Amino acid sequence: MAKENPTDRKYSKDHEWAKDNEDATATVGITDHAQEMLTDIVFVELPAPGRKVKQGEPMAVVESVKSVSDVYAPISGEIIAVNKKLEEQPDLINQDAFGEGWIAKVKVDNPAEFGNLMDAAAYGAVAAAERH
Amino acid sequence: MQKTPLYENHLRLGAKIVDFSGWAMPVQYTNVIDEHQATRGQAGLFDICHMGEFEVRGPRAFDLLQHVMSRDLSKQAVGQIKLSVMTNERGGILDDVTVYRLQETSYMVVTNAGTREKDLAWIRKQREAGGFSDVAIEDISDRTGKLDLQGPRSREILQPLVPADLASLPYFFAFRTAVAGVSAIVSRSGYTGEDGFEIYAAADRIFALWDSLLAAGGPFGMKPVGLGARDTLRLEAGMMLYGHELNETITPLEVVYGWVTDLEKDFIGAPALRRQKESGVQRKLVGFEMTERGIARAGYKVLAGDRAIGEVTSGSFAPTLGKAIGMAFVPPSLAAPGTAIDILIRSNRVRANVVKLPFYRRGK
Repeated sequence: MAKENPTDRKYSKDHEWAKDNEDATATVGITDHAQEMLTDIVFVELPAPGRKVKQGEPMAVVESVKSVSDVYAPISGEIIAVNKKLEEQPDLINQDAFGEGWIAKVKVDNPAEFGNLMDAAAYGAVAAAERH
Repeated sequence: MQKTPLYENHLRLGAKIVDFSGWAMPVQYTNVIDEHQATRGQAGLFDICHMGEFEVRGPRAFDLLQHVMSRDLSKQAVGQIKLSVMTNERGGILDDVTVYRLQETSYMVVTNAGTREKDLAWIRKQREAGGFSDVAIEDISDRTGKLDLQGPRSREILQPLVPADLASLPYFFAFRTAVAGVSAIVSRSGYTGEDGFEIYAAADRIFALWDSLLAAGGPFGMKPVGLGARDTLRLEAGMMLYGHELNETITPLEVVYGWVTDLEKDFIGAPALRRQKESGVQRKLVGFEMTERGIARAGYKVLAGDRAIGEVTSGSFAPTLGKAIGMAFVPPSLAAPGTAIDILIRSNRVRANVVKLPFYRRGK
């Protein structure tokens, strides 16, 4: 069973989350539902710090044994940090997608873009529909 | 999509289902790495009912098969299995198959799922063209089920279910027996690089066999295994897969099937292959392992400078080896083990090393 979707962040239909750090930055990652669908994550391609990403466009890549999946930026901005631990331990995403398995920190261009994302309840319904 | 008799069983076990050559097959029950490790460490049970089986019978069955198979079957003992390819007139691979000599004049040919109908039409056509019309060819795929039991504990798991002594069954031999009371053909063979068995039985008895084997294997740590781990297991073992390393534009001399291609005998494709052997191949299938971060996948290009000079045919993270490996076609000048090659992964050039196949060989 997937973990509860934390209510302190917003979600994209492509299964990313973005947490507003309230200092004009956001931490982003993929959801627990996404890691459950991917199963064993064996490789993560992180974005280069300094890169500009746009909401809804590819930002990173996660690979399971059998699949290669794009991670779309849930919010536009500049990459200011990446989770280097994922290079050695990509399965941190499987273990803790909402915490230790974060992917990047973004300096947010436009906080209004959070409005394009779903809250935990709405995303939970999307994820549940996919499981059936 | 077609379904094997065990489709509902897979759903009950929570399998994720994918389309494989038009078949709804389990790709994984839990996850690929667990199933892979269970097979290497203990045992795995695979539903392989999608594969094709033909019976080829009659006094001249041998002559027909000798004519369509690249492998010299003249020394094949009754009970023995031979791996072979079938090639077209240009030497291109129509399929890789196993040929079971079940009796003096009765054979079973086991084909890939996606090539079954093409293979049947081809063998029938060659029967007519070659004047072998007295040979009976019967497609028994629909009424034949197949389960693979693979891994170091396979023999211990299977032995209590069969009357005969499995220790005396040599590798790549088969015999007719009963498994848990179900009439079956059992061979010591497989597609994982482990010791193991392939079991053929009537499709309508395969449920009973599946349940008996699951029950017998459970205490040994055996797991049902999907096509995801079947693919990583065969890749580590350096085994090729039709549609990836093999197709009608690829010859056995370009891949790792020179050893099943007996050019001293006549068969369809032999003249073309003799010419290719003489002039030399233009590309060679090699194994590689990534030496920089990244996983090269099927279809990715091998680069020399900015030019694509080859292509990855299979690539994956290898659970037993803990690194990314694959197979690729490269020019013969880059085929020697130890050669560094570059592979284009998305927009990055990533370094890999050509290595000797297989990647993984089981301990004795």
